[in-house]
Amino acid sequence: MTAQPTDIATYNFAYLDEQTKRMIRRAILKGIAIPGYQVPFASREMPMPYGWGTGGVQVTASIIGPDDVLKVIDQGADDTTNAVSIRAFFRKVANVAVTTETAKATIIQTRHRIPEHPLSSGQVLVYQVPIPEPLRFLEPRETETRKMHALEEYGLMHVKLYEDIARHGRIATTYAYPVKVEGRYVMDPSPTPKFDNPKMHRSPALQLFGAGREKRIYALPPFTDVVSLDFEDHPFEVQTFDQPCALCAAENVYLDEVILDDHGGHMFVCSDTDHCEKRREQGHRGHLAPETPSALEKTEPAQ
Amino acid sequence: MSDEPLLRVSALSKFYGSRVGCENVTFDLWPGEVLAVVGESGSGKTTLLNCLSTRLLPSSGTATYRMRDGQFRELYRMSEADRRFLMRTDWGFVHQNPADGLRMTVSAGANVGERLMAVGDRHYGKIRATAVDWLSRVEIDEDRIDDEPRSFSGGMRQRLQIARNLVTGPRLVFMDEPTGGLDVSVQARLLDLLRGLVTDLGLAAIVVTHDLAVARLLSQRMMVMKDGRVVESGLTDRVLDDPRAPYTQLLVSSILQV
Repeated sequence: MTAQPTDIATYNFAYLDEQTKRMIRRAILKGIAIPGYQVPFASREMPMPYGWGTGGVQVTASIIGPDDVLKVIDQGADDTTNAVSIRAFFRKVANVAVTTETAKATIIQTRHRIPEHPLSSGQVLVYQVPIPEPLRFLEPRETETRKMHALEEYGLMHVKLYEDIARHGRIATTYAYPVKVEGRYVMDPSPTPKFDNPKMHRSPALQLFGAGREKRIYALPPFTDVVSLDFEDHPFEVQTFDQPCALCAAENVYLDEVILDDHGGHMFVCSDTDHCEKRREQGHRGHLAPETPSALEKTEPAQ
Repeated sequence: MSDEPLLRVSALSKFYGSRVGCENVTFDLWPGEVLAVVGESGSGKTTLLNCLSTRLLPSSGTATYRMRDGQFRELYRMSEADRRFLMRTDWGFVHQNPADGLRMTVSAGANVGERLMAVGDRHYGKIRATAVDWLSRVEIDEDRIDDEPRSFSGGMRQRLQIARNLVTGPRLVFMDEPTGGLDVSVQARLLDLLRGLVTDLGLAAIVVTHDLAVARLLSQRMMVMKDGRVVESGLTDRVLDDPRAPYTQLLVSSILQV
């Protein structure tokens, strides 16, 4: 075996073989045609464990082209292990340009957040989904849940919300908050915080959901109605935060709690690192912002 | 009360391969009437009940049901969506084992409210008020509303199951050994409760039981089954006091006397 000058030749473009990509694209097209419907597909083994985004990676691999610019986020951050690894993976197997800037990306693969920067037409948001079935914890039988979707029997979903109110006095579900798509299918928006649910509603971007272990793909075409389920006397509401981001002073964004020391010190910062960086570059400063702004990588062109 | 039957069953048969589940069962059920189906284990009672409640499709025969709009509809020709809608609005099914009919991992209130939410009720306060009302009607303390049925006794679970079924005001309830596995004092209270509810609400019910005392207490009419066939049917008191078929005579004389 001879050493290759570059690794790229040993892989098919974007890792998956062409037949697999065709199969996944077919599932995606079907998903787009029936918004919110879970399309089964023959999920492949990927060079990463289940639960690390095998579904999202397969969807991304099937739609990515040489001209695409990829952004990968994990809980909103561009610099966590999962995000860095998947970005490096696609740089290697597809030789595409990668970026951390939301506005410059054409494909954004995400684990559990929607970027704060509004998405625009032409962008594709790919979600990594662990459990695609919103009814799963209420009805364990797949045969039954498929029938419930087919017959639009969604009373059970409200049983879950009822339980929340009975136990906590309010709807305590904060992530994976069930939504109704185009007035038809009830869908799990993947474990994004419910803060992001309103961003799904009539988004100009195409949203694709891939669940690798569960072998399901579903989709929201641009400008699809996505309505969070609720009760008349307990309407849907998103999380609010008492204080702005400690680094960039942003308000009305989703914040992460960061523990600073062993003595109860903590701060709340933007979970969307790109958004936070951008704001600091523009001169916004929170009360705990460092003196010199850190320089994070921005866009790296394809080699 | 209408002069037309609620349910018309004609020549209903169910075969499991070459084995007979139930064969050639024909009867009419009128609104507000309680019909008991008695017989020993394996006589086809439960098969018949499952066929009638469309949980099982029969091999042959028909059953027509008078819908709320007065139209008769053939049960086995309805779409699955319509059948399931019927099952959670106009019908109830009380299982012998309450765990089969309840959601054991959600609270009692949610168990009662599920049917309301399934038919589109979206007001938490109203759903909860209805649940409280129904719990009191089946003699469950209001402060147990947020407890899971797992923490309930057998009798309470059975009463909760009944409340869950009756909350949408069904017109026909199927019961499969509703008092099976309960001790006699709990059984007596449950029967008392059921009798009260059936009379108050004007329910029609088909009760499957092997306990002739239950049949006598609850039902106006009864059918005796043996080997999948109806061997005798008539007014409950008549059948029990003056049994005609040899098998019914055997059944009635087998009751243990205290």
